[in-house]
Amino acid sequence: MVTNITNFGRSGLSDWLIQRISAIILALYTLFIVVYLLLNPGLDYATWSGLFAQTWMRIFSLLAFVSMAAHAWIGLWTVTTDYLKHTGIRLAVQTTIILAIFVFLVWGIQVLWGA
Amino acid sequence: MSNMRSLTFDAIIIGGGGSGLRAALELAKSGKKTAVLSKVFPTRSHTVSAQGGITCAIASADPNDDWRWHMYDTVKGGDYITDQDAAEYMCSEGPKSVFELEHMGLPFSRFDNGRIYQRPFGGQSKDYGKGGQAARTCAAADRTGHALLHTLYQNNLKNHTTFLNEWYAVDLVKNANGDVVGCIALCIETGEVVHVKAKATVLATGGAGRIYASTTNALINTGDGIGMALRAGFPMQDMEMWQFHPTGIYGAGVLVTEGCRGEGGYLINKDGERFMERYAPNAKDLAGRDVVARSMVMEILEGRGCGEKGDHVYLKLDHLGEEVLGKRLPGIVELSKTFAHADPAKEPIPVVPTCHYMMGGIPTNVHGQAIMQDVDGKDHIVNGLFACGEAACVSVHGANRLGGNSLLDLVVFGRAAGMFIESALNEGIEYLDASESDVDAAMARMSRWNESGGGESVPSLKAELQDIMQTSFGVFRQEDNMQEGVKKLAELRGRIGEAHLADKSNAFNTARVEALELDNLMEVAEATAIAALERKESRGAHSRYDYPDRDDVNWLKHSMYFPTEKRVGKRDVNFKPKTVDTFEPKVRTY
Amino acid sequence: MSVLQVSVYRYNPETDSAPYMQEFQIDTHGRDLMVLNVLELIKEQDSSMAYRRSCREGVCGSDGMNMNGKNGLACITPLSEVVKSNKLVLRPLPGLPVVRDLVVDMGIFYKQYERIQPYLQNDEPAPAIERLQSPEDRDKLDGLYECILCACCSTSCPSFWWNPDKFVGPAGLLQAYRFLADSRDTATRERLSDLEDPFSVFRCRGIMNCVAVCPKGLNPTRAIGKIREMLLANAT
Repeated sequence: MVTNITNFGRSGLSDWLIQRISAIILALYTLFIVVYLLLNPGLDYATWSGLFAQTWMRIFSLLAFVSMAAHAWIGLWTVTTDYLKHTGIRLAVQTTIILAIFVFLVWGIQVLWGA
Repeated sequence: MSNMRSLTFDAIIIGGGGSGLRAALELAKSGKKTAVLSKVFPTRSHTVSAQGGITCAIASADPNDDWRWHMYDTVKGGDYITDQDAAEYMCSEGPKSVFELEHMGLPFSRFDNGRIYQRPFGGQSKDYGKGGQAARTCAAADRTGHALLHTLYQNNLKNHTTFLNEWYAVDLVKNANGDVVGCIALCIETGEVVHVKAKATVLATGGAGRIYASTTNALINTGDGIGMALRAGFPMQDMEMWQFHPTGIYGAGVLVTEGCRGEGGYLINKDGERFMERYAPNAKDLAGRDVVARSMVMEILEGRGCGEKGDHVYLKLDHLGEEVLGKRLPGIVELSKTFAHADPAKEPIPVVPTCHYMMGGIPTNVHGQAIMQDVDGKDHIVNGLFACGEAACVSVHGANRLGGNSLLDLVVFGRAAGMFIESALNEGIEYLDASESDVDAAMARMSRWNESGGGESVPSLKAELQDIMQTSFGVFRQEDNMQEGVKKLAELRGRIGEAHLADKSNAFNTARVEALELDNLMEVAEATAIAALERKESRGAHSRYDYPDRDDVNWLKHSMYFPTEKRVGKRDVNFKPKTVDTFEPKVRTY
Repeated sequence: MSVLQVSVYRYNPETDSAPYMQEFQIDTHGRDLMVLNVLELIKEQDSSMAYRRSCREGVCGSDGMNMNGKNGLACITPLSEVVKSNKLVLRPLPGLPVVRDLVVDMGIFYKQYERIQPYLQNDEPAPAIERLQSPEDRDKLDGLYECILCACCSTSCPSFWWNPDKFVGPAGLLQAYRFLADSRDTATRERLSDLEDPFSVFRCRGIMNCVAVCPKGLNPTRAIGKIREMLLANAT
């Protein structure tokens, strides 16, 4: 068993499962947005913010943001362990990625629920 | 060479094939300081190529099967120069060894009741030849050797055996008393030469089929153990007995298992006739290998061979159907497509008798202890030297080995040697250390190559040796032809003694290994040739035009080749099994 | 045209500061030789040429190498299968340290094999005869036990190139599943718990290079998928 402390779920199996589930959620969310935009060709601000005012849409969006955060962490962590062989550089890049994900996530929540 | 590093073990096992690994496993479990020294990574050893199975009376296909029937077949198959105490040991201990392999994880094929699958093989009978064909060969599809070798390697890993992989044993080291106390070994990767000291040295170096131009054997089968023992002055037994397997793929020499015929395949000549019905009316294609090989050669010589040159016959399998072929003989389908460009489900495989197995070797008792003879022809144990597997001649195979008996030989006698060495070590073994001059003597040969400044190259000399053996010591032999072969070999020996090693680098120098192997091929070839010339009869695999009959008056004996005088003597065959009545020599028909 | 242009990777650590490609002209006399036969002809010209070989029939796994960009066994690869515009480029298996010429140091490959405990484990006392196994259970081992440890798969796998110390690699995982799938093995739980970290199994990205090169036609990717299924079943 190879031990790790910087991966998302501490277990390859949970990372793998989360990566797949988050991918499905992101795909559904993307599909929904695309279909919505196609069905509303002359989209204005009121309609758009009306959509995001509904609780179900906020939950769906938050789910997508959290999925994005997990997906990015797992995916980019994997990339760093493949290609960055110097421990100091790898750790620095991983920390930066995790912090950036954190910032984007909090910011996203603020945009979604803050208004 | 006093600056040479030395390694010390209780036992050094030279060779990482089936018998070496089985012996090592026994010793590793006992906690003795053991190492396996192998010139290739162990799973690359030639055991991996064994296909059809391991013959043993485990009473799976037939609940009434009896090891005594197997023993009878083995003695008859060996044309009665099989040592009956050894055959008794192998056949009675066999089931234990096979079940052990299964418990270790060997993925045997299965019958519907969950027991190990057994298939018919050549020379097998029920009820001492009176009950018809038996099915006694335990199989893992047609990859039994591969499955067996990997299983043994895996279990050695489990038991933390020490491996010196890609090390090459150069020569045995003897002390002043003539005891074997280790060997000189070359680490192939670095070129370092090391003195390996051991209380027990086990030669599990396999066969030497590469003395022939056409052989089913791997390129590594160069008789290294036989060469080492001969150079150390120890005698060889029954070296004239070389098995030609009936079904080597024409042109490539690659083996096609006897299991093909066990599953229902048969040989045909150019007229499409199943010719074995004429030569062996009862057993037909499942007669002894020597019988089938000779019949094939007769067909070819009498103009009924297949192909443009009429120099081979066909093995017909298409009637078995794709399902049986895919299930029971998948490896054969692959090999045939690759090397014969024939899909056995649609067309027959072109085959020809091909050198396959060395029945002779280092004479040993059932414990693997090497034996030599004094001037009065009395047996003596060689202290410190053991042999098992194809390199040894226990002799369970006599003048002709039965299919599936080689794998059984490996595990039964590998295990036996391991057990004996363990108890001997427990009782305490003390031999005189080798002196510096003893070590220098063992270094002499390699030093010669390392200092060689010019001369002929190794590949051409090897090709010449193989041609001589192929021409003069094939399936059928005769005096004048063999005389000529012996003469040519003597001349070749002189030239090999002056041959040139151009590449003297250290790191993974395969040219040096091939040069050292050539010396061993030379030793084996000459022992074979001189012994073959001397045995003036036809018995088992040794068939002479000039002496077509078996001569039990003069030659119901092992031959013993003594390298120092290049003399051939005789040794008594054992006719005293411990628990069964002696099988008296009879006319051998199938 | 029966003279083949062969370009071979050469490196002798004692004399060369860097590896280089050496050109040979090999007369095949129009025969469809195996790549191994070509190497033998090269060695007759230049005895210093180093490569491994043993059985010459594709069952021992010694002569895995990279032939015109694809891993395979030299002894069962006919020229007609690999040669393009009369040129053959031979390189050692990628991703492993080169010992000399076409000989690579397979130490890390074997270490990953050993790590998965490649031997049957059964904590129940063995019966007097064999352990019974139904033909159906035995069939589950087909396509797994035939591995010859040639390393063609693992050395064609980018995940193994990047993390050979942590990712078991396709060959090792195929054997891991060979024991997980064996009805006679009782160490399933321990085996699985040794594999659930992010590297050992999960570094497989399913690109199937291993399947494309396996000279025995085995499918490590499928075995890895089965291990994942077992891990999932075990942990959910």
